[in-house]
Amino acid sequence: MDSTPALIIRDLVKTFTAPSGQRVDVLRIPFFQLEAGQHRAIRGESGLGKTTLMHIIAGILEADSGFVAVGGTELTGLSEARRDRLRAERLGYVFQTFNLLQGLSALENVMLGLAFGKGAETGTALAALARVGLADRAHYQPRQLSTGQQQRVAVARALANRPCLILADEPTGNLDAARGRKIVQLLRDSASALGSALLVASHDPAVLDSFEEVIDLAEINLVLPQEEEV
Amino acid sequence: MLFLLIRRGLRQHLVSTAVAVLLVALGMGLVVSVWVVRAEAEQSFTRSASGFDAVLGARGSKLQLVLNGLFHQEASPGNITAEDYQQVKALPMVDRAIPIVVGDNFRGVRLVGVSDDFFQNLEYAPDHVYTVEQGGRPFLVGQKEAVAGSLAAHQLGWSIGTTFHPFHGLDYNPEAQHSEIFTVVGVLAPTNTPADRVIWVPLEGVQRLGGHDPAAFTDLSAVLIRFKPGAKAAGLMLDTRYNRQGKRLTLAWPVASILADLFAKFSWFESALQALAYMVAVVAGASVFSSVYSSMSARKRDLAILRALGAHRGFLIAAVLGESAGIGLLGCALGFGLYAAIASTVQEILRTRIGVLFEPWAWNPVMVWGPLLMLGLSLLAGALPAWRAYRLSVADGLSPLS
Repeated sequence: MDSTPALIIRDLVKTFTAPSGQRVDVLRIPFFQLEAGQHRAIRGESGLGKTTLMHIIAGILEADSGFVAVGGTELTGLSEARRDRLRAERLGYVFQTFNLLQGLSALENVMLGLAFGKGAETGTALAALARVGLADRAHYQPRQLSTGQQQRVAVARALANRPCLILADEPTGNLDAARGRKIVQLLRDSASALGSALLVASHDPAVLDSFEEVIDLAEINLVLPQEEEV
Repeated sequence: MLFLLIRRGLRQHLVSTAVAVLLVALGMGLVVSVWVVRAEAEQSFTRSASGFDAVLGARGSKLQLVLNGLFHQEASPGNITAEDYQQVKALPMVDRAIPIVVGDNFRGVRLVGVSDDFFQNLEYAPDHVYTVEQGGRPFLVGQKEAVAGSLAAHQLGWSIGTTFHPFHGLDYNPEAQHSEIFTVVGVLAPTNTPADRVIWVPLEGVQRLGGHDPAAFTDLSAVLIRFKPGAKAAGLMLDTRYNRQGKRLTLAWPVASILADLFAKFSWFESALQALAYMVAVVAGASVFSSVYSSMSARKRDLAILRALGAHRGFLIAAVLGESAGIGLLGCALGFGLYAAIASTVQEILRTRIGVLFEPWAWNPVMVWGPLLMLGLSLLAGALPAWRAYRLSVADGLSPLS
């Protein structure tokens, strides 16, 4: 297996401008790394910068300074178009809620995950749906699927392009604990099958308990009050 | 995938899409109709002048002479004598001179008395001469016989052998029936000119009907004139002779410019229609805007998801513009349908009421710029929503709905 780390973050700084005009630090991460194929969870309550971190890793947001590399490719400094392309080809993203496009079938939603990278291909998309056990629901509309099934389609979409890194931001947000655990297990099994690294951000104990390696956002983000100092 | 998303977008907001498409179709149909009808109506009237260069009649309105002599509309301004006809016929620059006389009808269909020159190789269009359909024959001079125009025969349900009593006057009055009986001996082959709408009879047929003034038995309503090819100054010479030097007769010449004057009288109406068409086009553009813009707000999250999946900003622009272009294209397609409906109605009215042939699919630049205008308006309407899609902050769009 490729030994290039799936994710390297060094000296990452991200600030936002508050409505008052003041600059507010959101992220200040000296170092964080995820090996190829490694699965880790980040614990953090909402509003602490989890989503911002995920967006920076995905290239949706730009860091103010620092270094971020995904699968050996440095994101920081890339043009937006290149970051879009990298996201389409190397990353899988699972969102918290309502993340399927209504009006497109399950299959078409999965094909969307391929469209902007290697190209939408029915066979690949069907295979991805089969991996999450929904081959027979390929032509269902999202509203014809249960919430859990919708989230499985979302997993299939994130995995369809065989990404080197899968990001999941509160992937169980609107599922009960039992279903949440099943989705996390599905994510982990699928990621393992593809050899993809997996980074899950959550505050849900049911999710966090499923991981051997859980890290507090406060441990890596110096902006937050450090627990050991308290 | 882009096409799939555009189709999905149009479908998801079916009602506003449908309204926008209908308005675009209406705008496009109106714009094309107004322009084509304006250009083509005048064309079709000029084409229907039946190859005559001028009409000679009693002193009066040139337009009235043209309408009465060539289009079988309106009344004759008065009578001229047989000598007037003989004189003009004898002029060296005159190729054909066809005398007509009007004043009777059959149930509103006009009887036109004409000399038998009418059937002697008379062209109504280049290489097309008036002929009687197979099985029939031209009327005989001095006989109570008739050749029905094709449309008239169809309207009245006539065929060869049908007999009828004409009515006196140009307008149908059931009490004014003549006692004479005419027999249909032929049907004129269709010409797509006003000749199709009338019943052709010998001059004497109209002149000598019971109740007509015996002193005016040889009087004529008008003489239709064609100049000899190459007789360029003929019109000017006759114009001087009849209109300037003479005081008794009027020469309606040139026919095309008299018709153009007629159409110029309606130009305010055309301008009003044009303004209306433009307004509908603008309203259509506004409805495309409102359709795409409102669906934009509802789809902020979808667009953010697309971006998160790796779609670049240009793709979102294409998706939004594609949607407005889709509305524009569907509208244009439907607009041509609407135009076809309007045009065929106009065609039918002109054919049956006046007998002129309106060609709705004759080339007119509006067939290209009409759809382009509507497509351009649609794209313009999509520009602001597309810009919003371009400027979309993915992070905001993805924030959980609360």
